[in-house]
Amino acid sequence: MADAKKVEWSDKETYAVEMKSISKIYPNGVAANQSVDLFVRKGEIHALMGENGAGKSTLMKMLFGMEQPTSGEISINGETVKFSSPNAAIAKGVGMVHQHFMLVPSLTVAENIVLGTAPTKKGLVIDRKKAVRITEEYAARFHLNVDPNARVMDIPVGMKQKVEILKALVRGAKILILDEPTAVLTSQETEELFRELTHLKTEGYTILFISHKLNEILEITDRMTVLRGGKSMGVYETKGITKAEISRLMVGRDVVLTVEKEKAQPGETILQVRNLEYTNEWGRKMLNGISFDLRAGEILGVAGVEGNGQKELVDMLFGLNQPDGGTAAVGGKSILGLSQKKLRQTGVSLVPEDRMLFGIAADASIEENLIADRVASKKYNRGSIFRMKAIRGDTKKLIADYAVLCRSGKQKVKMLSGGNIQKVVVAREFSNDPVFILADQPTRGIDVGATELIRKKLVELSRAGAAVLLVSADLNEVMELSDSLIVMYGGKIAAYFEDTAELNDKIMGEYMLGVQTQPPEETRKVCHD
Amino acid sequence: MGNFLSMLFTTDFFYSIFRISAPVLFATLGAVVVEKAGFANIGLEGMMMVSALFGSLSAYWSGSWLVGVLAAVLVGIFMGLFMGFFAFKLRTDVILTGIAVNMIGGGGTLFLVNVITNLTEGSAMASTTSLITQKLQIPTVEIPLLKSVPVLGPIFSGHSVLTYLAFFMVFCTWFMLYKTPLGLNIRSVGENPNAAASVGVSVSGIRYIAIAFSGAMAGFGGAFMSMYYSMGWSQDMVAGRGFIALAAQAMGNGEPLGSMLSALLFGFAQALGVKVSAVGVDSNLVSPIPYVVTILGLVVFALLARKRHRKKLVVK
Repeated sequence: MADAKKVEWSDKETYAVEMKSISKIYPNGVAANQSVDLFVRKGEIHALMGENGAGKSTLMKMLFGMEQPTSGEISINGETVKFSSPNAAIAKGVGMVHQHFMLVPSLTVAENIVLGTAPTKKGLVIDRKKAVRITEEYAARFHLNVDPNARVMDIPVGMKQKVEILKALVRGAKILILDEPTAVLTSQETEELFRELTHLKTEGYTILFISHKLNEILEITDRMTVLRGGKSMGVYETKGITKAEISRLMVGRDVVLTVEKEKAQPGETILQVRNLEYTNEWGRKMLNGISFDLRAGEILGVAGVEGNGQKELVDMLFGLNQPDGGTAAVGGKSILGLSQKKLRQTGVSLVPEDRMLFGIAADASIEENLIADRVASKKYNRGSIFRMKAIRGDTKKLIADYAVLCRSGKQKVKMLSGGNIQKVVVAREFSNDPVFILADQPTRGIDVGATELIRKKLVELSRAGAAVLLVSADLNEVMELSDSLIVMYGGKIAAYFEDTAELNDKIMGEYMLGVQTQPPEETRKVCHD
Repeated sequence: MGNFLSMLFTTDFFYSIFRISAPVLFATLGAVVVEKAGFANIGLEGMMMVSALFGSLSAYWSGSWLVGVLAAVLVGIFMGLFMGFFAFKLRTDVILTGIAVNMIGGGGTLFLVNVITNLTEGSAMASTTSLITQKLQIPTVEIPLLKSVPVLGPIFSGHSVLTYLAFFMVFCTWFMLYKTPLGLNIRSVGENPNAAASVGVSVSGIRYIAIAFSGAMAGFGGAFMSMYYSMGWSQDMVAGRGFIALAAQAMGNGEPLGSMLSALLFGFAQALGVKVSAVGVDSNLVSPIPYVVTILGLVVFALLARKRHRKKLVVK
């Protein structure tokens, strides 16, 4: 740590945010924060870094009044405060942009922005014109370009985020907490967001920025606080710190951020998709003639800005929805309309994007979750009674193989951190001899350690002959892991790259945003027939 | 056949559609607002039963129909808040709470009417029908000018105050939902409670308001039943109207105007039943008509919605 400059607390300074020896111990005994100190100067962009489960979200929830610290003291601009609710925090000028947008889809942008404080004519009727005027005024002042009259369900993710930021600003926030704001943005949208944040900074706003992405932290922040295991590792000047140093502070060891893999030796076609069509309930064409082949032993990446049909594609392939037309077959047999059980018997595995909803049963134990797809197996049953020994033995092995951090296999899955929950999902999905693995955002929002493990396992399985379809919004991930890659834009395959080695994010960005599109002859090559 | 039809479709037949629809319409509006707030009040039936009873009793005790109506509405609001207390504060399942309210509406009222009328009248009765006299009935209004117009006059004039109020409430509900901050809050709580909470809208507060509103509407509906539609309270007098209201809400796609049309469809079916049995058809055949129509209506609605979805797919 030669260059990294650690900053110490100064009594002379009045900080915009001061959190002094904050501890948060939940009733179940989990200590999310242990005497964490956080001090943020007025008008700076301050990063809050740490692995999943390091306690970043908990700390910010306390600053925003969503939770109360067990002990410790919070001050805003030198004034000691106790926030019993988000309203109390808002009143003191603290605003939060949540990772999952807090917007009402059927309302307009302006309505969402004034929600809760809607201007009225004579105190009765909503003054829509005034709501639009307020929106436009703030949008212009902070260079946050939004369409006040558009319905939120019709606008892209990037604009939704601006609406969220405007919501906080309209309510008088001077201190903005952004919880992983770039997780859902394209690189272009991210750049735009950074320009806007820098502008806010010059206007004297204080910004707390939670992120996993090291590049971004280095690019935009002034200082950072690193958390590890609920404790603060100190405050550092961003200038002069390196990625390796941050990684070390976060995980306490050097993390390999690249995955080594041999060149793929693609075998026969496993998954064949032809002309998939799907129009969603709002009449938007989400899949427009999607065709591709996925071969044994290869990882085919599916890149694209969210909302360009990737989710729908995954839903179709895993029987969560039915396409309006087209075919999809694994090993020559159609998989459309198959039950989950049949799909799994065919050798299809899914790592779902929403692990809490589709990946696990939160209240069941780790063991139960691990055998969820194979409970019917003779190996685990005698008549209708479980063979507990066999179950315990196998799950123990999986827990060890996938380094699931837990007290025992009997622990409830929901007690684990995000990364460990994902390890449980992956351990189950990867251990059932899959021929086709559908990995949908397999490392979203999880810590570096778990990410590394999951990526390694994916490569391992593919080199052993499994066909892997990797859908990811994390550009580095798809480019790093995939052997070849397709880009989806507007429900179509906009580009196919047989070899990912020479790709860079600039080119990718252009295809992802529809600036460029390959001719059909090119994209057709992904059908290897 | 032509003779039969002309016997059927008389002005008083159409008049009766509105009279029959009104109590369902009140409850439907209650269902609409609650649904917009993101849950379902399946207890409308029970709320109507209880407020019908207290409405008729209050009218009798006070000698004023207006006091009766107000009492019914207050009882409805109270029951709504009572349901809300259990569902939102004590976290019972809102559907189960609704079922409990319906059971109170069925058995509890019968028990109460026995106890109360025994005290006041000296002998237990299973109804309050003898208590509501012509004088205590909710008055009707003749609309000047309109009443002398042929055909339209007999259909649209001379309804009870509450019938007009029911249809006026359709507009009020629409206005409230789409033009006022309260409506904005209700819709946002229904669609994304987290979003509403994140900007300081009290989610449970809005839900209390919604369920109290549905209680008030059930109160009007109940008062209508025991103080105008029938003369006094009797066992099972609401006869499923609270449930029909839930169907009408669904059939109307949750919108005030559409739900009103659905409620009118029910009114039409019931009026038809009354009329048909009046010309001598066995009432056992006739009485299921409104319910069958409701089921058919829901089926047709579901089919149309699916067709609309398909059509949209073809167009795109």
